[in-house]
Amino acid sequence: MANFFDNKARAAAGATNGASSLKNVAPKETQNLQPWVEKYRPKSLNDVTAQDHTITVLQRTLQATNLPHMLFYGPPGTGKTSTILALAKELYGPEMFRSRVLELNASDERGISIVREKVKDFARMQLSNPPPDYKDRYPCPPYKIIILDEADSMTQDAQSALRRTMETYSKITRFCLICNYVTRIIDPLASRCSKFRFKPLDQGNAKKRLEDIAENEHVKLEPGAVDTLIKCSEGDLRKAITFLQSAARLVGAVKPSQSKANGLSKKRKVVEYDEDEGAMDVDVDGDDDKMVTVRSIEEIAGVIPNDVVDGLIKAMQPSLRGAVYEAVANQVTDLVADGWSATQVVTQLYQKLVYDDTLSDKQKTKIVMAFSDTDKRLVDGADEHLTILDLALQLSGMLAER
Amino acid sequence: MALLVDRYRPRSLEALTYHEDLSERLRSLAQSGDFPHLLVYGPSGAGKKTRIVATLRELYGPGVEKIKIDSRVFQTTSNRKLEFNIVASVYHLEITPSDVGNFDRVVIQDLLKEVAQTQQVDQSARQRFKVVVINEADHLTRDAQAALRRTMEKYSPNLRLILLANSTANIIAPIRSRTLLVRVAAPTEADICKVLTKVGKQEGWSEAEGLNRRIAKDSGRNLRRALLMFEAVHAQNEKVTDKTPIPPPDWEALIEQIADQIMAEHTPARILEVRAKLYDLLSHCIPPTTVLKTLTFKLIPKIDDALKADVIRWSAFYEHRIRLGSKHIFHLEAFVAKFMRILESYLMGMDF
Ligand SMILES: Nc1ncnc2c1ncn2[C@@H]1O[C@H](COP(=O)(O)OP(=O)(O)OP(=O)(O)O)[C@@H](O)[C@H]1O
Ligand SMILES: Nc1ncnc2c1ncn2[C@@H]1O[C@H](COP(=O)(O)OP(=O)(O)OP(=O)(O)O)[C@@H](O)[C@H]1O
Ligand SMILES: [Mg+2]
Ligand SMILES: [Mg+2]
Repeated sequence: MANFFDNKARAAAGATNGASSLKNVAPKETQNLQPWVEKYRPKSLNDVTAQDHTITVLQRTLQATNLPHMLFYGPPGTGKTSTILALAKELYGPEMFRSRVLELNASDERGISIVREKVKDFARMQLSNPPPDYKDRYPCPPYKIIILDEADSMTQDAQSALRRTMETYSKITRFCLICNYVTRIIDPLASRCSKFRFKPLDQGNAKKRLEDIAENEHVKLEPGAVDTLIKCSEGDLRKAITFLQSAARLVGAVKPSQSKANGLSKKRKVVEYDEDEGAMDVDVDGDDDKMVTVRSIEEIAGVIPNDVVDGLIKAMQPSLRGAVYEAVANQVTDLVADGWSATQVVTQLYQKLVYDDTLSDKQKTKIVMAFSDTDKRLVDGADEHLTILDLALQLSGMLAER
Repeated sequence: MALLVDRYRPRSLEALTYHEDLSERLRSLAQSGDFPHLLVYGPSGAGKKTRIVATLRELYGPGVEKIKIDSRVFQTTSNRKLEFNIVASVYHLEITPSDVGNFDRVVIQDLLKEVAQTQQVDQSARQRFKVVVINEADHLTRDAQAALRRTMEKYSPNLRLILLANSTANIIAPIRSRTLLVRVAAPTEADICKVLTKVGKQEGWSEAEGLNRRIAKDSGRNLRRALLMFEAVHAQNEKVTDKTPIPPPDWEALIEQIADQIMAEHTPARILEVRAKLYDLLSHCIPPTTVLKTLTFKLIPKIDDALKADVIRWSAFYEHRIRLGSKHIFHLEAFVAKFMRILESYLMGMDF
């Protein structure tokens, strides 16, 4: 039997498996089919959306050919990695990139020994010279860049070991640290860097980018769909793009050439499958009006439908004294069995209750504390069913205290 | 002979029962060629794994079913050797990093890069990328999750991940941001009944509709549990009726006994008796959370409505403690003591 890592064996097994291949999409065609997040990763600083301040400053450094050590921080999917890679490309171009840029991230071993050896070796390496004329096209400033992506997962020791390296070789090497939580970077390192905060993407900018992608992919969007994308992804553009892509797949709102090929095979299967149940009418190639809807996005994003949350809140109301437990427990059991993520339940409950004007300040104070407790427990890995049930019952008690 | 749960596991997306819309969604993702990383979550026994195996088949064809188990050795930075099992076909592999506890990062770092850097060997493979299925992703350490981040982006032409989890609460935001979340709800009781009927027919068993409905209800919408119960009932009874009792698993019967004992007497002596039984359960590898939850939900119907919220409160409290602590028995016992106290005070008409 083929071993996954044994290439020869895998080739042989592959040949036999391949023979029974049904689909006609050759691998060559699929080669440029990347997930959209990668396909639309900004290739130059100009492509980076919404981080205007940061981009302006960095663009100035392109001209000035001087660069401080840098620290990029901000929530996921806001363009940190994309920005530094784009900057490095613009500085060095394809031919010098390898010799001038070292990228290490959390998937690499970055214990203290690596910092001492690999990072230091690269930092002190002499600069190689660009080929003649190359400098006309790319600035190729006289220093290398070491990118330490996801630096918040480096140990304190490893970070400490960096301090010296950073100073000693600062003539020929610049560091760029990237992280989500700036507080996880030790002070002596942070204070050596210019800090750039990456903001969660706001309405305006993200909207434009998403609309451009949708247009490029020939995806039709229902009015309000982009706003929903942005709302559900909480400023994380990567998430928004992934949602968009799968919503597009879901409704079959993809490029004409592709959707045809898929549509045909889909139809055949649907018919076979439903034979005994009296064919359900699925219109697979009704093309023109396929649009990504608001609800389809919410569904992909795991947003709980309003009536489900309202059902739970209704069950928590004190009016039916005595029967409250039963009603709440049933709702919670269903929520959990339906697989709604507990974090999502908590978030949506919170939004409903905290902004409910009929509740007194005193009630709200208690409610907020219950939420704090719950969040902590969930992150600690406590059982979701018990935790949510407890929260719902506590809230129910607080609602009764009028 | 294999159990029903294995013999009747649907193997293709077409064969999957219930959640037809989700099957359709997975199919269109699999056929699109730009399949994203997935984080598949939902309660136990909802059919997550089954659905993903079917999706892999949609991606690669029947070749993914030819699997073998590999044992590999990894070395930690402190030179400790870790043995680790991998289930693999030529197209995909499946790992359970939580098997190696806190060393899961080492496995993730080494293994995924290795996979990502080798090309798809089957020249006619339908996809250029290979898939790595990660079981129990919610048990991955923070470090291991961090190690996944850039790998998921950098090697995406060659590698897609499918993370399986019961809960998304422990998955760090940067990973959630890199995956498409796929929720698999548990089948409804009606869905479960349909599966039971179908399986029963194929086995040539007589059908008792009422019995199947009871099984579906008792299973708590867990299809695996329902199938196991279904098989047990039919193994023990030549002929079944709507009234045929469903034998609970041993451990559940034991917890029922504990509940009765706790209700009957609220004394330190009784706690001691119960402790022996709790130990017994733990030593038979029943997870402490399961013990606590089952006990709680067996006690609840036996007590007054006024006490229920309080009992749930302390049950949730000690369950959290179980997660954080290391001596499970302490917290189980504390819950028992707390419960006795709540009940006793209530019966004596005192405030508690
Ligand atoms: N500011 C942005 N402009 C354009 N595209 C963006 C931006 N931010 C994120 N994206 C999109 O999201 C994807 C991920 O972005 P990137 O890798 O730069 O995020 P990050 O900030 O490094 O996130 P993390 O903290 O999770 O590593 C990109 O490939 C791109 O498609
Ligand atoms: N769509 C389905 N139709 C019929 N039977 C199914 C279906 N999905 C799952 N099953 C049955 O239910 C059993 C449990 O499913 P599975 O192992 O996929 O659950 P799971 O969600 O991965 O559970 P866990 O979280 O506990 O690992 C399977 O052994 C299979 O027999
Ligand atoms: Mg990044
Ligand atoms: Mg499973």
